[in-house]
Amino acid sequence: MSSVLYDVPGPRARRRNRLLTALCTLALLAVGLYVYRRFDARGHWDAAKWQPFGTAGLWRDFIIPGLVQTLSAAAAGMVLALAFGVVFAVARLSDRWWLRVPAGAAVEFCRAVPLLLMIFFVFYGLPFVIEAPVPAFWAVVTGLTLYNGSVLAEAFRAGINAVPRGQSEAAYAIGMRKGQVLRYVLVPQAARAMLPVIVSQLVVLLKDTALGYIIAYPELLERGVNEVAANHGNVVAAALVAGALYICVNGGLTLFAGWLERRTRRSGRTTARPVRVPDAPTAAV
Amino acid sequence: MHVFSDPANRAVYLSSFLLILKLTGAAGVIALVFGVVLAAMRVSPVPVLRGFGTAWVNVFRNTPLTLIIFFCYFGLFVNLGVTYSDDDIDLNNFWLGVTGLAAYTAAFVCETVRSGINTVPAGQADAARALGMTFGQTLRLVVLPQATRSVVAPFGSILIALAKNATIVGTIGVLESASVMRQLINDNGDAVIPIFLVFAGTFVALLVPTGYLFGWLAKRLAVRR
Repeated sequence: MSSVLYDVPGPRARRRNRLLTALCTLALLAVGLYVYRRFDARGHWDAAKWQPFGTAGLWRDFIIPGLVQTLSAAAAGMVLALAFGVVFAVARLSDRWWLRVPAGAAVEFCRAVPLLLMIFFVFYGLPFVIEAPVPAFWAVVTGLTLYNGSVLAEAFRAGINAVPRGQSEAAYAIGMRKGQVLRYVLVPQAARAMLPVIVSQLVVLLKDTALGYIIAYPELLERGVNEVAANHGNVVAAALVAGALYICVNGGLTLFAGWLERRTRRSGRTTARPVRVPDAPTAAV
Repeated sequence: MHVFSDPANRAVYLSSFLLILKLTGAAGVIALVFGVVLAAMRVSPVPVLRGFGTAWVNVFRNTPLTLIIFFCYFGLFVNLGVTYSDDDIDLNNFWLGVTGLAAYTAAFVCETVRSGINTVPAGQADAARALGMTFGQTLRLVVLPQATRSVVAPFGSILIALAKNATIVGTIGVLESASVMRQLINDNGDAVIPIFLVFAGTFVALLVPTGYLFGWLAKRLAVRR
C-alpha cells in the first residue's frame, strides 16, 4: 500500500506493523472486554432483555409501524425537499432581482436555523396563529423540507454554476429559451454532478426524522425504543436494535447511491465530459 | 415585543444561547481532537486500527443524533451508570450531551481530515522522500500544511452544523434555545411569530457570518495547483 503518507513497506516496516497490529488488537480487546463487563454488571446481556426481539408481536406492533412512519416522513420530506431545492436554486439564479434576492434570503435563513427550532415553531407555535392543531407528521415534514431543501438548493446552484458556459451558449445558439436551457441542459448535468451530495443530504434527512420523537411523532425512535423500553425495561437493547436498523437503512441508501453513480457515469448518451464542481458544498449534517 | 421586555425572559433567552455556545465549544474541541485521532487510525498501516476507524465512522454517521443523545442519557447515564457529576444534574446532563455531540461530530471530522489528506497529490510525498526527508518531516513540512488548508471550508460547515445540532441536547433537559423557545411559545400564545423570529434571527446572526468567514478563509488559504 503506497499512499501520500507511506512508501511501500520494507521488511523492517512490515515487522513493526505486525507488532503494532498485535498491540492494538490487544488494546481494542481490552476496551471491548471492559464495555462487555460494564454491560454485564448491570445485567444488559440478560436473556429477558433481548428475548422480546425474538417475538413477532414486538416487531409487528412496535418496530415495523415505527419504521413505516419513519420512512413515510422521509419519503414525503425527500420529494418536497428536492422540489424546494430545484425551485429555489433556479430562482436564485434568475435574472430578475425581485426573484433572486428573496430566494437567496429564504435559502440562507432556512440553512442557518436549526431544524428542531423550525419543527417546534410549526408544531407548538403555528397552532396559535392558524387556530388549528398541526399534525406531528406535517410538522416534521415541513421542517425537513425547508432545511434540507435549502441545503439542496445550494448544491444545485453550485452544480449549475459549474456546467461549462459553452453548454448554455450552445443551447441558446440553437434557439432554446431560458427555461429550456435550464430544463434540458443545465439541471440534468448539474444533478448528475451533485449526485453524491444530494444522496448524502437525503441520508441526513432520513436521520433527522428521528427528531419527530421529540414531538411524539410515532416513528422508529418513539415506537421502537421509547415504547418498547417502557414495556420491557430494556432501553439499552432497544436503542442498539434501533441503531442497527437506522444503519442498515442508511447504508442501503448509500449503496444505492454508489450504484446509481456508477450507472450514470457509464451511460454514454452524451459526449460532454462530466461536470466538475470546483468547491462542491458538502452535505450539512 | 412585550415578551422580551420582561427581564426574566431576556435572561433565559441569553442563557439558552450561552449554553449553545458552550455545548458547541466543548463538543467542537473534543470532536476535533478525537476526529483527527480517528483519521490517523483510518490512514494508518495497522489494519485493526483502520477497521476500528471505519466502523466508528459508519456507525455514527448513519445513526440519528437524536438516538445518540437519547442513548447518552437513558443508556450511558441511567442504565450503565456513566456519571459526570453526582450533585449537579445540570452539569451532568450538559456533559452527557457533549459526549453524544462529540462522538457524532468526530465521525464527520475524521472523514474531512481523511479527504483533506487525499487532496495532496502523492507526487508531493514522493518528492519529499526523494529529497531524503523522514516520515515526520514529510508529514510536517509537506503533507499537513497542504491538507489543513483544504479542510478549512468543510470544518466551517461542521462547526455550523454542530451549533445547530446542539439544540437536540434540549431533549435531555438542558435548557438550550429550542427548549426555551418552546417554553416561551407555550406561555405567550399571542406573540408566537416574534418569539420565533428572535430565536431564529439569533441563529442567523451567529451562523451566517461564521459561514462567510470560513468561506473567505478557505479561499485565502487555498493551495494553488
